[in-house]
Amino acid sequence: MIRVVLPPHLRTLARVDGDVELDVSATATQRSILDELETRYPMLRGTMRDHVTQLRRPLVRFFACGEDLSHESPDAPLPEAITKGSEPFVIIGAIAGG
Amino acid sequence: MSSVRVLVGTRKGAFILTADGARKRWKVSGPHFAGWEIYHVKGSSVDPNRIYASQTSGWFGQIIQRSDDGGKKWNTPGSSPEGLKSPDGTSKGESNKFVYDGVPGTHQWYDGTQHPWEFKRVWHLEPSLHDPEHVYAGVEDAALFESKDGGKSWTELSGLRKHDTGPKWQPGAGGMCLHTILLDPQDPQRIYVAISAAGAFRTDDGGKTWKPINHGLHSEYIPDPAAEVGHCVHRIALHSSRPNTLFMQKHWDVMRTDDGGDSWREVSGNLPSDFGFPIDVHAHEPETVYVVPIKSDSEHYPPSSRLRVYRGRTGGNEWEALTKGLPQRNCYVNVLRDAMSVDSLEPCGIYFGTTGGQVYGSPDAGDNWKPIVRDLPAVLSVEVQTLP
Repeated sequence: MIRVVLPPHLRTLARVDGDVELDVSATATQRSILDELETRYPMLRGTMRDHVTQLRRPLVRFFACGEDLSHESPDAPLPEAITKGSEPFVIIGAIAGG
Repeated sequence: MSSVRVLVGTRKGAFILTADGARKRWKVSGPHFAGWEIYHVKGSSVDPNRIYASQTSGWFGQIIQRSDDGGKKWNTPGSSPEGLKSPDGTSKGESNKFVYDGVPGTHQWYDGTQHPWEFKRVWHLEPSLHDPEHVYAGVEDAALFESKDGGKSWTELSGLRKHDTGPKWQPGAGGMCLHTILLDPQDPQRIYVAISAAGAFRTDDGGKTWKPINHGLHSEYIPDPAAEVGHCVHRIALHSSRPNTLFMQKHWDVMRTDDGGDSWREVSGNLPSDFGFPIDVHAHEPETVYVVPIKSDSEHYPPSSRLRVYRGRTGGNEWEALTKGLPQRNCYVNVLRDAMSVDSLEPCGIYFGTTGGQVYGSPDAGDNWKPIVRDLPAVLSVEVQTLP
């Protein structure tokens, strides 16, 4: 079970409270997590990555185990702690704009 | 008894203001979509309970929201929790997918170079006059989209963006936005749009082909003041009984056409400033027009720090200041292009919102004003629904 922490605005949009728990059958990567998230919550499509290019939106960041993975390959395997659910995969809106 | 519902989009959410036909006591609900920029909220004239909203964020992009019960409950079309449970698999989550048709191409950038078309947000939603499932969206970078399935999916009417003049279009200070969509109530094939800073355009075939309608506009701030495109049109408006007559608030100048935009003439007359953003027409008097003069394009506040709506009862040129109930000292707010609207009660009500968060209403065509609310976030848009 993978735990995902959404930023507050996306939590409201998806109508979820607290962390989201996902079963990701494939190897846990940024892409597989986002794919599963968007399947369960279609209203999130386009809010974290572009509909067409699938590139991360510029002011959205991905963190795991205290590391900023935003510039890692979306297909790079995530740390084991994420796969096991002991640490969450954190999606945040960058602090920008005042 | 009739009632009105005022739909207000702000920098930090949407608000819905309701009153009975007397328009004296108001209820305020909201914020809906708290913390998000709500560029526009507009209801269908065919089904007033159907309301569309453009919710947007620099972080998370564009969201389209839809209400089917007059603004009490909202859903992203096609991807609601209810939709997820439907057996027909309609939950595609594409209500916010605005993808330009084909290769987007380039337009002129601020420095004169060419810049790729990039979708940023929906500025204006215009529900069809005939079908609540059909709605148009004017977007930045300028293009026109439509949805025929209640906002679940969107298709570009790309004949506009692909017009030969497209590479000459350029952004205004607020971006290169398609901000006005006027549907001709007498001819379903005719649509007018306005783009900052390209100008006004018209289609007579339902959106397949378009022509610039800027003859007569004069803009000193562009190399050729009478160019075919490049004019910073802030807003256009029409009265449903006379769809060939349009009124325009341009960056500078208030203009009028009586031939569907083929030729324009200036009607700024005695206005204290002919710079401004919104313009609207009285619901029952097609020659009565409203504007809110703003001092200049570098000082976006009212002349003499007095907030005055100007009413022209002769189709322009002769304007009277409407001031009763509006601040007449130390006022430095702006009124943005989509932030004025009229109801169709008798007498006609008129409403506008300010960047200072006030929404003012007049139940008597502008003679007397009162703030309905004073302390909202900066108001981006105001629309009114007149309900039976």
